[in-house]
Amino acid sequence: MKDTIAMLLAGGQGSRLYALTQNIAKPAVPYGGKYRIIDFPLSNCINSGIDTVGVLTQYQPLVLNEYIGDGKPWDLDRLYGGVHVLPPYQKASGSDWYLGTANAIYQNIPFIDRYEPKNVVILSGDHIYKMNYQKMVQAHVDAEAACTIAVMEVPKEEASRFGIMNTREDGTIYEFEEKPKEPKSNLASMGIYVFDWKKLRAYLIADYENPDSNSDFGKDIIPNMLADGEKMLSYRFEGYWKDVGTIDSLWEANMDLIDPNVPFDIWDDSWKIYSRNSTNPPQFISDISKVENSMVCEGSVVDGTVDFSVISYGCVIKKGAEVRDSILMPGTVVEEGATVQYSIIGENAVIKAGAVVGERPEDIKDLDKWGVAVVAPGVTVGFGSKVKAKAMIYSDVEGGVETC
Amino acid sequence: MLKAKTMGIIFANMHDASVSEFTAIRSMASLPFGARYRQVDFYLSSLVNSGVNQVGVIVKNNYHSLMDHMGTGREWDLSRKIEGLSIFPPFSEEMSKDIYHGRIGALGSIIHYLSDASAEYVILMDCDHVANVDYEELVNGHIDSGADLTMLSCSLPSNSAMEQNCVVVTPDETGRVVDLMINTKAPKGSYYSMNIMVIARELLVSIVEDAISHMKISFERDILTAKLNDLNIRCVLHKGFVKRIYSMRSYFEASMSLLDADVRAELFTPDKPIYTKVHDDPPVKYGLESKVANSLLADGCMIEGTVENSILSRGVKVGKGAVVKNCILLQDTVVGDGADIEYVIADKEVTISDGTELKGHESYPLYLKKYEKV
Repeated sequence: MKDTIAMLLAGGQGSRLYALTQNIAKPAVPYGGKYRIIDFPLSNCINSGIDTVGVLTQYQPLVLNEYIGDGKPWDLDRLYGGVHVLPPYQKASGSDWYLGTANAIYQNIPFIDRYEPKNVVILSGDHIYKMNYQKMVQAHVDAEAACTIAVMEVPKEEASRFGIMNTREDGTIYEFEEKPKEPKSNLASMGIYVFDWKKLRAYLIADYENPDSNSDFGKDIIPNMLADGEKMLSYRFEGYWKDVGTIDSLWEANMDLIDPNVPFDIWDDSWKIYSRNSTNPPQFISDISKVENSMVCEGSVVDGTVDFSVISYGCVIKKGAEVRDSILMPGTVVEEGATVQYSIIGENAVIKAGAVVGERPEDIKDLDKWGVAVVAPGVTVGFGSKVKAKAMIYSDVEGGVETC
Repeated sequence: MLKAKTMGIIFANMHDASVSEFTAIRSMASLPFGARYRQVDFYLSSLVNSGVNQVGVIVKNNYHSLMDHMGTGREWDLSRKIEGLSIFPPFSEEMSKDIYHGRIGALGSIIHYLSDASAEYVILMDCDHVANVDYEELVNGHIDSGADLTMLSCSLPSNSAMEQNCVVVTPDETGRVVDLMINTKAPKGSYYSMNIMVIARELLVSIVEDAISHMKISFERDILTAKLNDLNIRCVLHKGFVKRIYSMRSYFEASMSLLDADVRAELFTPDKPIYTKVHDDPPVKYGLESKVANSLLADGCMIEGTVENSILSRGVKVGKGAVVKNCILLQDTVVGDGADIEYVIADKEVTISDGTELKGHESYPLYLKKYEKV
């Protein structure tokens, strides 16, 4: 028996990351040089004392499966509990893909029942943050709530982009509005829920039996519980939290790591972020290089210039090459004299000599004119070719060609 | 493919005395090297990459750091249900308060492990060389040559410090060792042993049992030298990068040789990676005013000053305006703002306060011991 277990929704395609999620699920997208997005919720779980995690996978699960493996890097290889990858499976009667977030959990009721948990934490695999779930569970238990939803304050003018919780003085929720045109509060749902398992179990079964349902937590389960007058608690989170579901937000979240003004500390020994480590020698920064305001990982060799960038493990930046305001995912090569700026370069992509990827914006606030250029994993950008701002490069670019 | 099943035996504490500053708190096998490794990593990784899946590590003193580092051997894929990694601390038998002396005694203490093993061949190794050895080639060559024992050797420039603790072998034109000397200069046509040997397991067991019953202690003196005529002892030369650690100065030189791209290419080949314990450190962060040139850095460092021709282990912090030149800084060393250090070897968790100036010399790097505050 376990007091609390976590279920991590990792089946989404992450279609707004376009070329970066062609062959991998969003939670497996590299972040911060040596991590993948899923390292954050998994590390939060183990740091919060939650040692049983079900990871629900559906879209392109191969990389994610191999990455999670037996869960050892997160100390989640356990005799009883630990991390389990849960793809949809065939049943004696009625088998289907996961039809929505709630349906994914519904299909895994037998998994959760094996642990007879009091509480179930529902997490998603597309947010970067550090959070002690145990404190949230404690607040949930203390208030004897049916469901507790983590919320954070967002700027009033951005509130209409989020699911907004309208709360009473004691923190209980009386109304939930999905992307309201005229928001009544600025408390946005972070997509992190704690449920009383017995209650949730009943609502999941009722939801499955309702043919009109979308089988979604935000659209169905939460509104149904509210409508029934269940006790719904908001749990305020203060600190860094970022949804990395779009190219721009993924780029920003990486840049936040090197911005001294952003209070997000991955160097904190008391809340380590664990990951499956690569086997690479130390990084080498040569005497003809220039590296400033950046993060660089093991196995990388820098002969060129790196400024305001995140360089993952195993990258090569050759002589005269410049990487500015960009993210190089693991194993990318930037050849002699090539320039990469305001870009995300996918794993093992090659930028040939003299090529120019991305553009430096003349006015950073003029969002219509500039954007981050993206090169898909494994793609080669040919000699002297030019990739424009905002470009999304899915396949090899021949030498000397200009693309946008 | 190995032509026959082979196991490895590592002597963790041999040659501890040659870098006594470091080994006051650890064994030769756990000597930190190359920013993120320990000596034993090179041996374990090469063995595993060569297809050896059973390794016994014999430890005698100061082995806490080594046991912590190796754990169950999982990082080298040696955490196995069948065989894998075994660590052998000293075992003193009832009635005897003394623990073993010398290599023969050490092997005697694990004689049951050796006799019960299913491997046909055994590789015996000390931990005093840095190399990425192809043990498959060594073992297969040993089998093909029909030798009783094959010693891996290398030609290194000789110097007096090195001669205090070495085995010199002289082969004839067929590669058979005709002369074997201890603690001397290698004459022309001779080589230094890398203290890596291959021998058939059953032969090793019988040699050790015989030696113990005749109260012999030294493997080199009482076995190798004494049996040059009876045993077919051969030597083969190691191809590729090799450095021997026999003094602080040689440690410094061997470390600095990693700044050469050709050396790294030979030591860290992608198809034969060197594995080590992972610490989950974040990436290296380079600050606004950082200036780094010709240096190797492990994860978790934070650089805000100048670093040149240096090797920085995990978690080293270099403050604003600090200058670090020709230094080896081990794990979690902190160099304060404005400090200026040159030719310094700082052991783990050393603190160098703001503004401190410390200069060693190339021929005599300044060593700061673990936890020291300057």
